[in-house]
Amino acid sequence: MTDIAPDQDLTAVDIDGALDYLKQRFPDAVREDDREGYSGIIVDKDKLVDVATTIRDELGFNYLSSATAVDYLGISDHMEMVYHTYRISGGGALVFKAQTDREKAELPSLVPVWKGADFQEREAYDLFGIRFEGHPNLRRILLWEGFDGHPMRKDWKEAYYEQDHKPFDSRWPAGWVHRAEERTPYGKNVRYPDNLDLSRLVDVSEEDVYQSLGLGVDVQQLDSDDIATERLLVNMGPHHPSTHGVFRMVVTMNGETIEKLEPVMGYLHRNHEKIGERNTFLHNMPFTDRLDYISSMGNNFGYALAVEQLLSRGARYDAPTYRAEVIRVLMAELTRIVNHLWAIGFWLNDLGAFFTPVLYFIEERERILDFFEAVAGSRMMCNYMRFGGVAKDLPERLHSVANLVNDKVRDYNTMQYLTELITERIPRTIEELEEYLSENEIIKARSIGYGYLSPEDAIQYSTAGPLLRGSGIPYDVRRAEPYSIYPELDFDIAVRDEGDMYARYLVRVEEMWQSVRILKQILPRLERTQGEPIMAGKPQHTPRVPLGEAYGRVENPKGELGFYVVSAGDPKGPQNPWRYHVRAPSFINLTPLGLMCQNHKVADIVAILGSIDIVLGETDR
Amino acid sequence: MDLQQFQDTEFPVPTELQSNVAITSLSKLYNWGRRNSMWPMLFGLACCAIEMIATASSRFDLSRFGMEVMRATPRQADLMIVSGTVTKKMIVPIVRLYNQMPEPKYVLAMGACASGGGPFKEGYNVVSGIDKYIPVDVYVPGCPPTPQALLYGLIALQKKIDGQSLANMDDVPWYGVGPSEPTPVPILGPDIIDPRQMHIIRQQAERAAQGLPAGVRELPAIPQPEKKKVPAKTGQGAAAADGEMDPAKAERLRKREAALARKRAREAAKKQQGEG
Repeated sequence: MTDIAPDQDLTAVDIDGALDYLKQRFPDAVREDDREGYSGIIVDKDKLVDVATTIRDELGFNYLSSATAVDYLGISDHMEMVYHTYRISGGGALVFKAQTDREKAELPSLVPVWKGADFQEREAYDLFGIRFEGHPNLRRILLWEGFDGHPMRKDWKEAYYEQDHKPFDSRWPAGWVHRAEERTPYGKNVRYPDNLDLSRLVDVSEEDVYQSLGLGVDVQQLDSDDIATERLLVNMGPHHPSTHGVFRMVVTMNGETIEKLEPVMGYLHRNHEKIGERNTFLHNMPFTDRLDYISSMGNNFGYALAVEQLLSRGARYDAPTYRAEVIRVLMAELTRIVNHLWAIGFWLNDLGAFFTPVLYFIEERERILDFFEAVAGSRMMCNYMRFGGVAKDLPERLHSVANLVNDKVRDYNTMQYLTELITERIPRTIEELEEYLSENEIIKARSIGYGYLSPEDAIQYSTAGPLLRGSGIPYDVRRAEPYSIYPELDFDIAVRDEGDMYARYLVRVEEMWQSVRILKQILPRLERTQGEPIMAGKPQHTPRVPLGEAYGRVENPKGELGFYVVSAGDPKGPQNPWRYHVRAPSFINLTPLGLMCQNHKVADIVAILGSIDIVLGETDR
Repeated sequence: MDLQQFQDTEFPVPTELQSNVAITSLSKLYNWGRRNSMWPMLFGLACCAIEMIATASSRFDLSRFGMEVMRATPRQADLMIVSGTVTKKMIVPIVRLYNQMPEPKYVLAMGACASGGGPFKEGYNVVSGIDKYIPVDVYVPGCPPTPQALLYGLIALQKKIDGQSLANMDDVPWYGVGPSEPTPVPILGPDIIDPRQMHIIRQQAERAAQGLPAGVRELPAIPQPEKKKVPAKTGQGAAAADGEMDPAKAERLRKREAALARKRAREAAKKQQGEG
């Protein structure tokens, strides 16, 4: 153990040094996590807030990336919260964990230390049933109040439950297919508790939402303003054209000014993580496509990185080949352009430019999707990356609609198509976009100064992506903790200091330019590596994944996308992730939405939501 | 406008008048009007919604079918495109929206999730198919369906409308007497509750109170595949097996053996050449 000199700058020590410091500082409360394949420290729950404060203030790990729970039923019979913290200046993660009993699961809340823990702790409460003492608003977030049980616990079974791990014995090798509906008495995906009280079958989920807004509690105080305006409660969503999906905001308004905004989500909660734990490791790859369905290639990338981290600790592991990495970056950057075109287009929809800009941008998007389709076989759900490489090499020729006027499908040389796309078409579109929009009077009037988020808050609330960089924090995972071949590529981090909607828009535009810059460097690399293998070693359907935990993260268009994967249990048994958690940028970026919308008008909150750029598949998972 | 499509064969119109005069039924004219001005609801649930937007955009162009007017309010829409995974939390507003749509109304289930749960079927918060709650007219498979597939589904819906007759109340129940019944809105209880299933829920609760197992229909037993007997390959056994073999199969085997031998010879020759 290295001793740390008292005058040393603690915010610069490496992670091992920081862990040693914590062990010295809290000898009774901190111990090393010495399980096989695990890293970081386990903190006694009584001292959790103190240790977290030390980590944030003294050691400088001020960015809480992910907080999630794991249920170790049958292994060590406890629940665990796992926190990943980073320095905003870059570098690796300091991981700390807190354990609690399964029966009486309680932990102190870390919301006083990191506001970004707010939604993530609510999610852990909702799905695992861990109570967080001191949490300001501990209610269910993805499911509804009144739901029976906490579904992510290992002993909670769904209505269609068949077996813990796929492939199910009935399907393979027995080859027997049945409809799951036939196994339930209701013919539907429902299960009720055994002690169902028939007199209490009422919907309490709505009341609960309104209660948290404190509405109707103190009417006198609400009406004591100087100017008599009516106070209103407005529900926007889940069916609303401006909420980018099935998102809902409950807003209390004084006249037309927003007083309080409560995001309500879970309308697209499709149990990604529970299904992910039943699947094999490779099974999850197509599911990641459906997280952020506009940038599916980026999601593939993150998940592949997380599992490769685990695999690399095993005996037989081949790192992805160079060509595979080149293709991965190509796909990730094309995805970024698609996503930002889409995000800007729909943000303009929210500002009132109804669908005209979107139609301009969709043209280029279609071209990129044609390329994805030719390579991966699908326009949107590409399911393209594998552990150790990619599924297929680029085809020699591809078919695409030559121009949108005569709708003729033409045959192209792939490299020629890509070169034309990257060096001519996409730059032309971004130029056009800038010309029409960046100096546009209406856009500037509507967006400058609206939806402000200060740099301190941006870090405190664990925001990521353009939202963080629009607030003046130059944090980009591609540079902060480089992965793949990004270190050898030349590009800048797009950053703006203003912290308002316009800054986020400019960050997105600049990021597209940087993506084009990266893609131009990728083209010669693609030419050079033509014919080289795209997969390291032999493709495996069920790779042997060593025990341990891994957190793989990528800079997705919407922000930092992380996958926390735990491989535990019987190493010779079924190869399924014990825990599969997605750190979703769209979800965590919504934490400061209420703050950003305060004192703005109704028309602005629509645009502020658009400037965050959420996708509900990822928000609700 | 092409009047030919209205011509009713029962009452022929002289050829010289056919471009100006058509004799047709009210149903035909009425359906023609409806099929060409379907207004879908601007209503996206998940991934499929993105492809729905792509369908509406210039490359695929929904307006060729008179469907470009997407209305955000259910009260102005004829068609609900359920584009994406339906969750238990979302089914409540969806049923409510469906009830708010004026008749005649149609539902198109877009994609695997809306049709039957799709890849997320086993999830605890997922409704396995929107048809468990509201009636569906057209199912479009795919995950997500391509814009072409969605267009095909919409054309299928138009064909369905063409076939409906105003005289047949089974086809168009909304022209019957009196208001039609709204679909009961599900309740978010301990799990989603369909009010139409209250009697089964009661029954099951009673069974549970008496300590009886839930009344699940038993699945038929899994048929075990018969294991093939592998004949012994030595001595007389092999000869006997040969003797029983179908002559065509024996011929195929013989040809294959010959081809393999030729291939081996070729490779050996090549190798020799290489060495030489």
